[in-house]
Amino acid sequence: MKRASVLMIVGSALLLGLFFFPLWNIELGAPQYPEPLGLNIHINGLQGQNEFDIQNIDGLNHYIGMKTLPKPEDMWEFTVFPIVVGGMAAIGILIGLLGYLGKLSYMWFLGWFIVMTILGILGMYDFNAWMVDYGTNLDPNAIMKLQNPDGTPMSYKPPLLGHKKMLNFDAYSYPHMGGYLMFIGMCFTLLAAWLGCNGMRRKTKPIAKKQLATR
Amino acid sequence: MKKIYYVIGGLLAVILVYMGCNQAGSNANGALASSAAEKVYVAPGEQDEYYAFLSGGYSGNLTVYGLPSGRMFKEIPVFSQFPTSGYGYSEETKPMLNTSHGFIPWDDLHHPDISQTNGELDGRWVFVNGNNTPRIARVSLETFETEEIIEIPNSAGNHSSAFITENTEYVIAGTRFAVPVPQRDMPISEYKGNFKGALSFISVDPESGRLDLKFQVMMPGFNYDLSHPGRGKSHGWHFFSTYNTEEANSLMEVNSSQNDKDFIAAINWKKIEEYVNNGGGEKMATNYAHNVYSHETHMGTSTMKKEVLTVDPTEVPDAVFFLPTPKSPHGCDVDPSGEYIIGSGKLSADLTVHSFTKMLEAIEAKKFDGEAYGIPILKFEDVMTGQVKSGGLGPLHTEFDDKGNAYTTFFISSEVVKWALGSWEVIDRKPTFYSVGHLMIPGGNSRKPFGKYVVAMNKITKDRYLPTGPELEHSAQIYDISGEKMELIYDFPTHGEPHYAAGCPAELLAPKSKKIYRLDENKHPYGINSPADARVERNGKEVHVYMGTIRSHFTPDNIEGIKVGDKVYFHITNHEQDFDVPHGFAILGQNTSELLIMPGQTKTSVWEPKQVGVWPFYCTDFCSALHQEMQGYVRVSPANSNIELSWSLGE
Repeated sequence: MKRASVLMIVGSALLLGLFFFPLWNIELGAPQYPEPLGLNIHINGLQGQNEFDIQNIDGLNHYIGMKTLPKPEDMWEFTVFPIVVGGMAAIGILIGLLGYLGKLSYMWFLGWFIVMTILGILGMYDFNAWMVDYGTNLDPNAIMKLQNPDGTPMSYKPPLLGHKKMLNFDAYSYPHMGGYLMFIGMCFTLLAAWLGCNGMRRKTKPIAKKQLATR
Repeated sequence: MKKIYYVIGGLLAVILVYMGCNQAGSNANGALASSAAEKVYVAPGEQDEYYAFLSGGYSGNLTVYGLPSGRMFKEIPVFSQFPTSGYGYSEETKPMLNTSHGFIPWDDLHHPDISQTNGELDGRWVFVNGNNTPRIARVSLETFETEEIIEIPNSAGNHSSAFITENTEYVIAGTRFAVPVPQRDMPISEYKGNFKGALSFISVDPESGRLDLKFQVMMPGFNYDLSHPGRGKSHGWHFFSTYNTEEANSLMEVNSSQNDKDFIAAINWKKIEEYVNNGGGEKMATNYAHNVYSHETHMGTSTMKKEVLTVDPTEVPDAVFFLPTPKSPHGCDVDPSGEYIIGSGKLSADLTVHSFTKMLEAIEAKKFDGEAYGIPILKFEDVMTGQVKSGGLGPLHTEFDDKGNAYTTFFISSEVVKWALGSWEVIDRKPTFYSVGHLMIPGGNSRKPFGKYVVAMNKITKDRYLPTGPELEHSAQIYDISGEKMELIYDFPTHGEPHYAAGCPAELLAPKSKKIYRLDENKHPYGINSPADARVERNGKEVHVYMGTIRSHFTPDNIEGIKVGDKVYFHITNHEQDFDVPHGFAILGQNTSELLIMPGQTKTSVWEPKQVGVWPFYCTDFCSALHQEMQGYVRVSPANSNIELSWSLGE
């Protein structure tokens, strides 16, 4: 079952796409911005979709008292995420190689997948928590202090996934190339684990193969 | 009784037929009208197919329109002060209007021509001429701003200009009025034989577009009216129409209309260029201004040049010839192939078409019909290849489509006439409203015209629009020329007096149109990269305010310690880097215009307060929701006060 190991190696390597492409993208369109302002979220920092978008988003956000968008040094995540992603990719590739050489059980593939899934969920949770803070922790002296109909202060938290209307802006939040590559990569590793485990079963119980065939 | 039935029956039949016809007629009109509407209708949010650059004439500026909608997008200030943006008022742009006669706030802008490569429009620059105080300007088609103005010495009424050769090697500028060269105190009546007609060849740097007056051909003292470059086979030649070959100096409308034929002057500039490059020509002392604007320093600088190279055309063998052309020709147009040179005798009914090939043959065979001031005159019959018997009166200007047709305006009979190159037969004619001067087909003055629309620019408006008192804007008409017959599809008012126009496909310019100036490329000596650098400095009676603007405040917005008699320079930098977010600046009692500052730009306005008080300034461009709050104060104290200079924001 060298195929499973190769899938494991390729799947883990696809995580490295996060070093080249954004994980996530948030676009802000408005009547005044027919070409939307956009924010690309990389694992090591934020970048404007166009060169001056960050500056322009910050400029607009000062009216409603939002903090300026964080620089890489402002958030520990931008230091830790690359280490975690790089580390997990390296471990995944190593596990795949050892599996290829038959030195490791394919259960390691599954183990890697579970760890990565937990880390991913933690990452999303952290990302959402930052967005909550960014969208609700507002300057009390903001130029425009807007309230919901029930009297609570309006939140400008962008959606984690999908579309949300905020004042004159339509915010769209979706994974970007790096995120998709990671998703595909993780699917590969899960498939590798499944193929690997199946293959092992077949090796140990040749009858199983027949059973499978007759099914 | 039977007779009566017949009569009634007959009447009914007539009525029915009549109604039928009427209905059919009105249906046809309706269908036609709606298709014309569809042709010019550019739906909200949609964009036009073509850019059109219409000269502003006495507005001194260049206007930008869309075709086929006729919507005006911008007025580009070139030769005239323009309070809207502060052009010619700001410290940075005042040098652009400097001349050997000092600062001139106005000119008469006539003929735009778009730069070309291999005879096709390349959309880098548009060149225009100032008619009154002879100047040529270069306008960038990335920023749509004037980048350079060069004054033309020895010239007067710079009219046969600013036409470019097919690789933008030269911008050509010919004098309309013959004048003494060099200028001197002499009796006007001694014009004949003494005045000169200078034709200027201004080289264009292929990279920067920078202009340089390379040489002037000193022609006899005729009036050089219009000109066009040869192209294709005739590349290397330039053709000028002339009038007043009589060399009259008074009551010109009569005295310069006496000769049955004037000339088209054919100039082999390649030959003259070679002559000049080999050390030919004579340097002459003169004085003219060369003004250049930099988008890095956001500043114009004016340099006075002291010398010009002049060429006596009789010294260069086989370089200059005269082609007799009837009736004071105005337009002198060259077809896309470069073979036909069309002279529009403005007092005649017919057009004269000269053949470039026949001209070369006649020159080769030395078949001359005498000479004028040493310049050989070719025989009319030897060079003329066809005449368009138009049936119109007063032809002025011809442009071309991409299917071998030519379109000529007729001022007196007020119409556009379509005719075929080669057969010289008239195909169609349509009235214009009223008295058309020039017309424009995008690329119609190049090897590759885009023959979809023709725009006719009229001199008389009368009843075309709702009346606005005695003074009216001029009127233009758009015709669809995609079919055999021209179809009038739209009427629109134009700004100033468009004398001529140039157009090009939108996709040539739209993608490269600049959105902002980069702050990190701003090299203005008084610009500031960030509002944190904002400050006020005093140097004797001069005060320099280094001010920043970003939505929605000035930094600083409170200034104290200014005194009556100070000269205060407000250097305003717009710190936005977002498309279409200009800021403006105006202060009470400013003896100049406001400033309109584009993102990343720095502009300077001088204010000389004459009265003690606290004077407000504000942003004049509705920049944001808090635009109204974008304001500040300057405290002006008596001249002898000892209040320290101070400035602040938000304290």
